[in-house]
Amino acid sequence: MTPMVSVKDLAVEFGRGAQRVRAVRGVSFDIAPGEALGLVGESGSGKSTLGRALIQLISASGGSVQFEGQELMGLDPSSMRRLRRHMQMVFQDPSLNPRQRVGDMLSEVLSTHRLHMGASRAARIDELLLMVGLKPEHARRYAHEFSGGQKQRLGIARALAAEPRFIVADEPLSALDMSIQAQIVNLLIDLRQRLGLTLLFISHDLDVVQYLCERVVVLYLGRVMEIAPTEALFDAPAHPYTQALLAAAPIPDPAQPAPQVQLQGDPPSPLNPPSGCVFRSRCPHAIAACAEQVPPLVPMAQTGRLVACLRHHEWS
Amino acid sequence: MNQSQPRLQVRDLHTRLLQASGALPLVRGVSFDLYDGQTLALVGESGSGKSLTALTLMRLLARNARWQCTGQALLRDEAGQTHDLLSISSQDMRQLRGNRVAMIFQEPMTCLNPVLPVGEQIAESVRLHRGLDRRAARAQALRALEQVEIPAASQRLDEYPHQLSGGMRQRVMIAMAMVCEPQVLIADEPTTALDVTIQAQILQLMSRLQQQTGMSMLFITHNLGVVAHHAERVAVMYAGQVVEQAGVAELFAQPAHPYTQGLLACLPGRARQLAKQTGRAVPLQDISGQAPAMHALGPGCSFAPRCRASLPVCTAESPPWRAEGSHRRLCHLGEQP
Repeated sequence: MTPMVSVKDLAVEFGRGAQRVRAVRGVSFDIAPGEALGLVGESGSGKSTLGRALIQLISASGGSVQFEGQELMGLDPSSMRRLRRHMQMVFQDPSLNPRQRVGDMLSEVLSTHRLHMGASRAARIDELLLMVGLKPEHARRYAHEFSGGQKQRLGIARALAAEPRFIVADEPLSALDMSIQAQIVNLLIDLRQRLGLTLLFISHDLDVVQYLCERVVVLYLGRVMEIAPTEALFDAPAHPYTQALLAAAPIPDPAQPAPQVQLQGDPPSPLNPPSGCVFRSRCPHAIAACAEQVPPLVPMAQTGRLVACLRHHEWS
Repeated sequence: MNQSQPRLQVRDLHTRLLQASGALPLVRGVSFDLYDGQTLALVGESGSGKSLTALTLMRLLARNARWQCTGQALLRDEAGQTHDLLSISSQDMRQLRGNRVAMIFQEPMTCLNPVLPVGEQIAESVRLHRGLDRRAARAQALRALEQVEIPAASQRLDEYPHQLSGGMRQRVMIAMAMVCEPQVLIADEPTTALDVTIQAQILQLMSRLQQQTGMSMLFITHNLGVVAHHAERVAVMYAGQVVEQAGVAELFAQPAHPYTQGLLACLPGRARQLAKQTGRAVPLQDISGQAPAMHALGPGCSFAPRCRASLPVCTAESPPWRAEGSHRRLCHLGEQP
């Protein structure tokens, strides 16, 4: 099956000279149609940058991004605008216009993409609101009349209005309370089933990623450390960074083992990342060779697993 | 250490915000005990009154609003004397705050002074409370930074908060709070702004300091994973009230209040864990609706409108406390639902 999204050797840079930050480097992966792919990493790992570069909200400085076989890098703006309808984004903070009624906001999206230009417009807006668990009468309200969870539902409705096939959700739950998070997770699962959406789910919350996604990409300092099916990753993380990340996350059950501190200190500055493997400065298994070369992302014996570690064969 | 007597006894704490339209009850009758060497976790969602409870105890409520606080918060000092944190004079409170009772906050950057070196900010506390001169206070500050495992502590003394990473700043906050060896530490979401690997470091550090000093800790958080591994007892707050209080193992194994049950059922990590044990997929159970508006609370249980098991009596009358041993819940339902 051809992938819905195919990323090859993607790089994103900000600034120049001594202030140059290479936020994303040499990232390659595919997303299959209908798949939910999780993108995890800590702050500064480049996960949001990567998500935005995928749908060309920021321009990448190198590499290739293909959407359903079509190259997006270097695409002219008008073609990109036509394609953008199929790839939408859900943000952590939906940033709704405070002076616009919710119905007008959705109507604007429909106009932008020339959808439902006739009499079906009002019915479509009702349908979108119902789809995300709101009511048609909400269309007349303003953003401040909604709670945090409802605002995120509106953010999702706005993305769905364009009838996308691919959605990038960037920490859509982080600003919400636990009980509301569960509501939104259930909504995302429901929408995926009903609409057959393909999802890139960016999160620092490993539990939610484990629950929602089929496959996971682990980022550290702009580079991919590991890609694996969710089950396999959480059962037996292959990369030392993934191991440390999972060990540090507290499981909400006192009967389970307590979190472990495997990493000392802070991540290095992205302005001045270590040579070779970017994780080597904190890695408990680093050897001299790790400073010499960037470990390639190579397949493991298990199908569908890739890891970027020179020593992975020693513990896999 | 006297284990039988609590270090801090909070009884029927009420905090009301006084407005032109009347008094808005935000903390509604919170009671708990803190014991030496123990951690009580105060969990709940935003707006449940956890932070306000802490600020009331510290007498740090925003001064640009008018508040009415009633109840008692009895702190037992080394000599066995008790001080009611809510009724002692502001002057007496200033002697206790940052000295016997200290607090750390979620976002160190907004609590540290951006124009003072961190060493100075730590030293200020010991100068004030211990009467040390500048040189001795600086030495004490250095020791405090070393105690919180800040590398190259003697250089860091003269650095400013913006030169430190988020994890380092939180360590500085902990050093500031710990430098006078408080008996009670109130930690308000101390790791919420941190990455998970840094969170693990900070929590490990706090546990070690607690073991060394025997202080008691009130740990405010919304993260049930952190609660599970870092607290002895848990108090669950909803709409300004503690609705359930129990030992940590009991609470997770047998949550008794419908709200606590709901909270645990909506954790994806727990759903996965259960699915693994039973071999069947466990759906995430969300709690429908949202927390009530505090100005429009009815006479009954504040959770009743969202409760799956609510009875007619739940919306009519305020719920009673029911207890089995030290496991208490505020609920009408006689049997565990």
